[in-house]
Amino acid sequence: MIEVEGISKSFGVVKAVDDVSFKVGKGEVVGFVGPNGAGKSTVMRILTCYLPPDAGEAKIAGLDVFDDSLEVRSKIGYLPENAPLYLDMEVDDFLDYVASIRGMKGQEKTEAIGRVIAQTGLADVLKKRIGELSKGYRQRVGLAQALIHDPEILILDEPTSGLDPIQIKNFRGMIRDLAKDKTIILSTHILSEVEAACESVIMINRGRIVARGNVESLKSKSARRNFHLMLARGPREKIESSLKTLDDVKGFTLLGEESGLLRYEVEARDGVALGEQLYRLAADGQFSLAELKRDEVDLEGVFAELVAGDEEFLAQRRKERELAEAEENEVGSDGDEDEEEETDED
Amino acid sequence: MIRVWAIFKREFMGYFNSLVAYFFLVLFFLAVNMIFIRLSFFQTRVANMKDYFEFFKMAMWLFLPAITMKMWAEEKKMGTLELLMTMPVKDGEAVLGKFMASLGFLALALVLSFLTIPVAIEMAGDPDWGPIIGGYLGLLLLGATLISIGLAISSMTENQFIAFILTSIITLVLMACYELSQLTPLPSWLSTFIMFIDAGEHYTNFSRGIIDSRDLIYYLSIIGLALFLNYRAVTSRRWK
Repeated sequence: MIEVEGISKSFGVVKAVDDVSFKVGKGEVVGFVGPNGAGKSTVMRILTCYLPPDAGEAKIAGLDVFDDSLEVRSKIGYLPENAPLYLDMEVDDFLDYVASIRGMKGQEKTEAIGRVIAQTGLADVLKKRIGELSKGYRQRVGLAQALIHDPEILILDEPTSGLDPIQIKNFRGMIRDLAKDKTIILSTHILSEVEAACESVIMINRGRIVARGNVESLKSKSARRNFHLMLARGPREKIESSLKTLDDVKGFTLLGEESGLLRYEVEARDGVALGEQLYRLAADGQFSLAELKRDEVDLEGVFAELVAGDEEFLAQRRKERELAEAEENEVGSDGDEDEEEETDED
Repeated sequence: MIRVWAIFKREFMGYFNSLVAYFFLVLFFLAVNMIFIRLSFFQTRVANMKDYFEFFKMAMWLFLPAITMKMWAEEKKMGTLELLMTMPVKDGEAVLGKFMASLGFLALALVLSFLTIPVAIEMAGDPDWGPIIGGYLGLLLLGATLISIGLAISSMTENQFIAFILTSIITLVLMACYELSQLTPLPSWLSTFIMFIDAGEHYTNFSRGIIDSRDLIYYLSIIGLALFLNYRAVTSRRWK
């Protein structure tokens, strides 16, 4: 459906996108992740025919984004970053305008507008000026305009940025519904969002793709995958000497002791699952096993490894996580109130 | 064409979404009509509109840059240009739609003006309709010229204020360069040339009720050139 072959784009001396290639199949939901300024938006602007690539080519449904620009644009629904909208227009006038530009008229137009209003839950705010709407509603209007021609492909640039956790949840729900019959690319710098909404991931950093695959396979690439956490009881020397007898154990560290239980981190050779062998040791009476699990890897861990040494990224992630936590605590107490305020505005 | 119409409609109605349009229309007519009636009509007691058109020209110079300044600059600043240009709209259609919307607004002002002053003059005296019709046609052409220049400049900046100032300066020079050049002695060929460039000079024939093809061609060429520059500015983001 979407084929990108070696595209690059520079702004002055800054190389925003550097030799990026990927393919997205029909019906796939792909998350485009990377820190701010990684080049996500630029790739999306190229796909939506807003900017031409300096080199390489991008094809949508077999059509070149530069040469068959108008046709490509009619196949894509696009929500640009920050949902730019005409703030002085009323919601229904705006949808009418977008439908007209998309070449619809009469009955067809009325139906299309009715459909997107239902899909995005805009019925309550149709007569409001877009400028008066909250960020969450604006984002919905942005999604509504992207859906008005029922496109095969949806490209959403940071669709949930600036929304509160409840709005994010609603928005993800909408995306999941749409994913049933559309090809979707959505970008985000929040990795947990990809896990929640996407089947596969393209990780991009400093204009280059650093990883591509489905969420599970990316996780399994992580080096953390080889680590096991074990909680065992027994004499320390005995546990450690028995661990050494296993060929598949690359190393281990004692993490601590809790009421007679010793917590170990055991590293396996690449790709080997140690579980069974460790259980057997315990069954042989070397020690008793209280707990054994493979270390959890999340996408953030994977990403941090892939862009290892990128201190800037890690610092930013820490800050964002703190912010998100703070927000979540807040919303936990008065989130419902917020929702109400939104609809009652005016 | 359906897309040009959609853009025209949005932009034209957009003028009335804010108070700016009403404010301008009211101010414009109060100023132009009051000045004309106070200073000219009752003093000279002549049933023609020559002075009125002079005031109207001045008012257009003041007011048209204000209705064109935001047409492109704001779209760029707010990011809505990305929205517009990722829909299946040709750049030329967007340029045309916006031009027609501004022109439509000017036409509305001209119609409202026509319904007041000329009709009043008709009732008060027996005006010569040739210069009046010619005068209005000339105003439309001169106004369209100012609008196309304003739009071209708006498409080259993100800042409405800069668009307004630049448009005002450039259109002032265009409308008054002949008068300005008279301040210093110049060789006659240069003087003739400047007279040809001056947009105000080409208006003179219209206000006498003469429609000369040279004046028509002059205005249409400037409009065409400005629209072309506008188009190029919009397309420039797609240059490789």
